[in-house]
Amino acid sequence: MARKLLLEHINVPGIHTFDVYRKQGGYRSVEKALKSMSPDDVVEEVKKSGLRGRGGAGFPTGMKWSFLAKPEGKARYLVCNADESEPGTFKDRYLMTYIPHALIEGMIVSSFALGAKTSYIYVRGEMMPQIRILEKAIDEAKNAGFLGKNILGSGYDLELYVQPGGGAYICGEETALIESLEGKRGNPRIKPPFPAISGVWGCPTVVNNVESIAAVVPIINDGGDEYAKVGIGRSTGTKLISASGNLNKPGVYEIELGLPVEEFIYSDEYCGGIANGKRLKAVVAGGSSVPILPANLVLKTVSGESRLMSYESLAEGGFQSGSMMGSGGFIAFDEDQCIVRNTWNFSRFYHHESCGQCSPCREGTGWMEKVLHRLEYGHGKMSDIDLLVDVSKKIEGNTICPLGDAAAWPVASAIRHFRDEFEWHVSNPKEAMERNYGIGNYADPLPANEVPVAN
Amino acid sequence: MLRVTETEHVDFSSELLSKFGEIVKRYPEGKHKAALLPILHLVQAEYGWLSPASMERVAGYLDLKPIEVYEVATFYTMFFLRPQGKYVLEVCRTGPCCLVGAEKIMEHLENKLGVKEGEVTADGQFSWRGVECLAACGMGPVLQIGPEYTFHENLTSESVDQLLVDLKNKDLSI
Repeated sequence: MARKLLLEHINVPGIHTFDVYRKQGGYRSVEKALKSMSPDDVVEEVKKSGLRGRGGAGFPTGMKWSFLAKPEGKARYLVCNADESEPGTFKDRYLMTYIPHALIEGMIVSSFALGAKTSYIYVRGEMMPQIRILEKAIDEAKNAGFLGKNILGSGYDLELYVQPGGGAYICGEETALIESLEGKRGNPRIKPPFPAISGVWGCPTVVNNVESIAAVVPIINDGGDEYAKVGIGRSTGTKLISASGNLNKPGVYEIELGLPVEEFIYSDEYCGGIANGKRLKAVVAGGSSVPILPANLVLKTVSGESRLMSYESLAEGGFQSGSMMGSGGFIAFDEDQCIVRNTWNFSRFYHHESCGQCSPCREGTGWMEKVLHRLEYGHGKMSDIDLLVDVSKKIEGNTICPLGDAAAWPVASAIRHFRDEFEWHVSNPKEAMERNYGIGNYADPLPANEVPVAN
Repeated sequence: MLRVTETEHVDFSSELLSKFGEIVKRYPEGKHKAALLPILHLVQAEYGWLSPASMERVAGYLDLKPIEVYEVATFYTMFFLRPQGKYVLEVCRTGPCCLVGAEKIMEHLENKLGVKEGEVTADGQFSWRGVECLAACGMGPVLQIGPEYTFHENLTSESVDQLLVDLKNKDLSI
C-alpha cells in the first residue's frame, strides 16, 4: 500500500468528529508549532517540504508564504480556497466532508505561520452540507481550545470563519475569490499588486487550496525533509487525485507522486481499469483546463518512457505531446466517447463561467462554443476546425486571469490530437449524429480486458 | 430578468435579522459588505428567491446602494431572480457527468416533471435546471436540491423517480 499522509485515518468511524480525530493524533501539529516553533520556523519547514500548490498552478507554497508583506499595524489574512469547481475535481469536497478537522488543523498552523489573526475558508456556495460540516468542526475545535483567544496558552489568537460563495467558477481564481469575499462580483483583479501585498481589504493575504493547507499538517508533524522524501524529484509528497469518467472504480485516491499513470488506471488498488471492459480512448489528467491526451500519449511519453503522475512527467512533451498535473482531476474517456461533443461541453462551461471582463475571453469562449456546437450537430465546415484553433490562440495569454488559457487549451489540444475525429464530423454529418467515431487509430489499441499492471 | 419596478413590501423576521447580525461580526469594522453573499443565501432560503424588494431591504440593512446588491445577485448563478419551485433540482451537465449519463437524467427529469428547464410545475412544487460542475465527478450523474442543497449521487432513472416520490411525500431528510 502506498503511503498516506492526508487520508491515513479516513476509514476510522467518526473521524469527522473532534474527539476521534484527536485520538488518531489530530492537532499534534498545532501543539508542536505553537509550543516549540516560531512562525518563521513553520514557513521554513513548508519551504523544505517542497510542497506545491494543490489547486492547479503548482506554485511552491513555502515560497508563496515568504512573499507575504508584513507592514506594521496592518492585519494579514489567510484565505482557504475551497471554491472547488474545476470539472473533474472533487477531492476538496471529499476531504471537507469526511475529515474536516484536517483542514481546520492546517488552517490553524498556517495562520500561525503567516501571523493571521482572522482567517476565512471560502467554500463554494453549492457545498452547503460541507459548510455546515466545517462550521461544526470549527465549533468543536474552539470548544477544545484550539481556536479563539490565547490558543493552548501560547498567546496566539485566531478566529476562523466559513464564507460561502455564490456559484461562480471564476471565484477559484485567487483575486476573484478575494473580490467575492469582500461581497462583490467575482471579477479577477489586475496583478500586480499580488494578494501577498494587497489582498483582502487591501491587506497582505495568502490564498491556498484546501489540500495544500491540509498537507501542512504532516509537514509540521514529520518535518519538511521527511515530507520531501515522499514523491519524485520536485514533485514531493502525496496528491489527492479525483478519478472520474469511464473507470471501474472512480473516486478520490491519495497517491505518492511518481506513480505510473498506467498503474493508476489499471491496478485494483486504484481505478481498476476501464468500466464495462472497454478500451481507453483519452484522458484529461488534471481537470478540464489542461490539454486532453489520447490514451497512448498518456500512458507513455513520446520518448517511450512510462508516464508518471508527477508535475514534471505529465508536462513532458510540452503542449505538443504532454499535459499538466493541474488540480489532479483525472477524467478517463472510453472508446465510445465523442471528443467533439466533450470539447463542446467544456467550451460551454467556460463560456458560462467567463466573468466577461476581458473581451478575448468573453467573446472568444462564446464563439468557440457556437462553432463546436455546429460541428457536433452536423452543420460544421472544414474551415471551422482551423477557426477554432485561431480563436483559441487569440484568447490564450490575452486575459487578466488564467480562465482564458483554461478555455483555450482543451479546444486546441483536442484538435491537435483528434483532428481526424473533427474532420469526420464535417464530412459525415449524418453519421456523426447517429453514432460516435469510436477509438480511431490515434489511441493505443490496448486489448480489452487485458490488465497490464506495472508492479 | 430583474424587474426593479416591483414594490411589494418585505419585512425580515427578527430571527433572520439576528442571523444577519451574527454574520456581520465575522468581518473587521466597516467591512460589513462582505456579509452580502451569506445574507443573500439566508434570504433566498427563506423566500425561495431574491425579489427586488428583498434585495433593497438587504441593501438598507448593510448600508449599501441597491445596485451593489443587484450586481452581486445577478453575477452568481445560485441566486434566483424569479420565483422557483419549492424544490429546485439542479443536475450537473458538465463533461465528466455527461460521460456517465447526465444528459439522459436531464431528459428523464424533463419528461417526468413535464416542464422545461427553468420552468416551475403547475403545483409549484418543482423546478429544475442543468448547472455546471458540482465537484462530484466520480459519483456522477449527480443532482442537488435547493434550498437545503441535499446531494444525490450515482443517479439512475429509477433513483430519480424515487427521489421525486420522496420529495412529494415531504420526507426529505438531510
